Amino acid sequence: MNVLLYMMPAALLLAGAALAAFIWSLRAGQYDDPAGSAARILNDQDPIP
Amino acid sequence: MIDAAAGCPSGLAPASPTGFAQDPTAFVTESRGRRALEIMVRGASCGGCLAKIEGAVSALPGVGAARLNLSTGRMHVEWTGGLQPRRITETITKLGYGAAACDATQPDGEKASAERRVLVAMVVAGLATIAVMMVSEPLWFSPDVTPETRTLMHWASALIAIPATAFSGLPFFQSAIPALRRGRVNMDVPISLAVILAIAISLYETANGGEHAYFDASVMLLFFLLIGRFFDARLRRRAYAAANALAALQTASATRIGPLGAAEAVRASDVRPGDLLLIAAGERLAVDAEVMSGASDVDLRMVTGEVEPSAAYVGQVLHAGAVNLSAPLRVRAVAPASQSLTAEIGRLLEAGEQKKSSFRRIADRAAEAYVPQVHIAAGLTFVMWLVLGAPLSKAAFIAITVLIITCPCAIALAAPMVQVAAAGRLFRNGAYLSSGDALERIAAVDHVVFDKTGTLTLGEPRLIGSFPEDALARAAMLARASRHPFSRAIAQAAGAGPVASSIVEHPGEGVSGVVDGRQAKLGSAAYAGAVGQGGSELWFAIAGETPVPFHFEDALRSEAKETVARLRRMGLSVELLSGDSSERVAAAAAAAGIDQWRAAATPVSKAQRLTELEKSGRKVLMVGDGLNDAAALAGAHASLAPGGAVDVSRLASDCVYSGDSLKSVALIIEVARAARQRMRENFAFAAIYNLVAVPVAVVGWATPMVAAAAMSLSSAIVTLNALRLSIMKLEDGAP
Repeated sequence: MNVLLYMMPAALLLAGAALAAFIWSLRAGQYDDPAGSAARILNDQDPIP
Repeated sequence: MIDAAAGCPSGLAPASPTGFAQDPTAFVTESRGRRALEIMVRGASCGGCLAKIEGAVSALPGVGAARLNLSTGRMHVEWTGGLQPRRITETITKLGYGAAACDATQPDGEKASAERRVLVAMVVAGLATIAVMMVSEPLWFSPDVTPETRTLMHWASALIAIPATAFSGLPFFQSAIPALRRGRVNMDVPISLAVILAIAISLYETANGGEHAYFDASVMLLFFLLIGRFFDARLRRRAYAAANALAALQTASATRIGPLGAAEAVRASDVRPGDLLLIAAGERLAVDAEVMSGASDVDLRMVTGEVEPSAAYVGQVLHAGAVNLSAPLRVRAVAPASQSLTAEIGRLLEAGEQKKSSFRRIADRAAEAYVPQVHIAAGLTFVMWLVLGAPLSKAAFIAITVLIITCPCAIALAAPMVQVAAAGRLFRNGAYLSSGDALERIAAVDHVVFDKTGTLTLGEPRLIGSFPEDALARAAMLARASRHPFSRAIAQAAGAGPVASSIVEHPGEGVSGVVDGRQAKLGSAAYAGAVGQGGSELWFAIAGETPVPFHFEDALRSEAKETVARLRRMGLSVELLSGDSSERVAAAAAAAGIDQWRAAATPVSKAQRLTELEKSGRKVLMVGDGLNDAAALAGAHASLAPGGAVDVSRLASDCVYSGDSLKSVALIIEVARAARQRMRENFAFAAIYNLVAVPVAVVGWATPMVAAAAMSLSSAIVTLNALRLSIMKLEDGAP
């Protein structure tokens, strides 16, 4: 059962990493304009500065 | 003029009628030399629109950033240097989209951050549920683990569940505490109680090496409830933003004339009584104001429901919502924008809102019935086990499992999930609910009262009858230069074409100009030198020929008759209530197939008629758009307003429908009725669930596994039943 001592911190760490990644994507504004992001990919000019 | 390239380049969406480009100067914010502006753009629907609008605005001198959010319709523009802010709105309007500045400090940010907090709480609860399940689930299926290992895994669960519950449970605790302080209970009270007690009893058990811990149940419960909360918050914000977008396209700024005679653009909310304002031709009045000088025609359609414009005279007090048609007017504000209503309408509005706040929602009634029963059941269980000789800790443990297993997951999700599904369905059809209980009130109505002008009719006159083609073409050359509704009807009937030269507008009379080298006039019978034939008419006279009359009618919406018939089929009676003359109202009622109508109704008599109906036991749905409907909208059992309605009316109504189709009215009622049905089913199911779950918990069979399974199953059933609303077939095949 010693394996638990490694597994549980590892599981916590992974869940923590997922949470951190999610909060980063939220802060970066990736959910602000889903319709716009879907449409922008079709425009082939250079991105507007 | 609208050219072929205006609007969405895909050609799928119609171009927004190019109109008055508002001066957004008052809404510009400045920091460190960079000026910024938030603009609501209407009509942008695809990547092509996005590229077109952003490209054109970026090309303006000094613009550093121009980004349009396609989901909300909000555009952020930043620039340096002396670019006139008006150039930006003009650029967008010229492309065939609607543009209006919006207040960057509007509470949309508040709603967005509330949604974000719920989202983060939901994700934390979800991840915690996964993590706790990983350590607690093995225990359910391996009865042979040693007590030491079990306790170790319980401590690991506690390590995850306690901080997660403390964080994700905040939205519930924050709403439960004030309710308890006021001596009331809401749904969040039993939720908070169950979660906190579950954590407490599990800690106690773990510390004593006990067998059962409910850490998994408490985080899972929060996760399910937060899913419901999140959808609710998101929908609320989207509906709010959409309704706001409609509002922003109404006027929100005014031109104030300073003491030195210089004109400046100010926010409508900054106008003080006594300010001198300049109202350009085509502009909508934002505040109640008295005419000081100038001669023009004003369109009072929004205020009184009368279709025909009238001449403005010095000393006349115009109400907010009046549109100035022909020439600039100088007016003096008599009331701030927030109070721009007649006192009587304001009083009626307040009375109506008070009445609505006393409405008791199905969910509240369920909570009131449910909370005491469950708490009594838990108390009785505790006493029963003590009487049967169980030790105190065991009696308390079983009593708390009763609270946990009956925790109102199904009940708490029953109404919100239905509201979310119904509001989502309505959102797809361009209708925005103002509140969740609006659905329940709309579902209960049995009588529909329509306003005429702008609601049942198009609200703008159309050319009718016969007339010579060449006269129309020539009259249109004059009509294109005028904003008078009749002129616009002529211009629309004639299509695009040339404009006459040396045009002069004579307020209250007509327009004159030179057509084909000859002096021509378009206006009232007297102005054109003819004898009037009565009704809504305009005369066209050209030197050397006899004058030609044009007749107009405020045409009924094409779907009006069909909608009225459909409402009848749904078992509703229909009535027409208008401020217009009885002759016109009778004609419109006959055309729409409505046999009950009243004409020349004042705002007060409209509200009175609704009270009368309510007294005779009817539940009335009021549909209207004008200022004169506001009091009736607020006082009705439920109310709908089209997106183009005046601010007050939109705010007073339960649901705003965009698009110009009356079909929405029947659709909203249909969805509301289906939603009420789903809600009742959900509550019936939740009651049955509790009838089964309580005895199981009372006899002490509710292990953590049973609790987790029961909770997720009941939540899933309630949610799936609510989702039936998003796939149900609507009568007219709407999405």
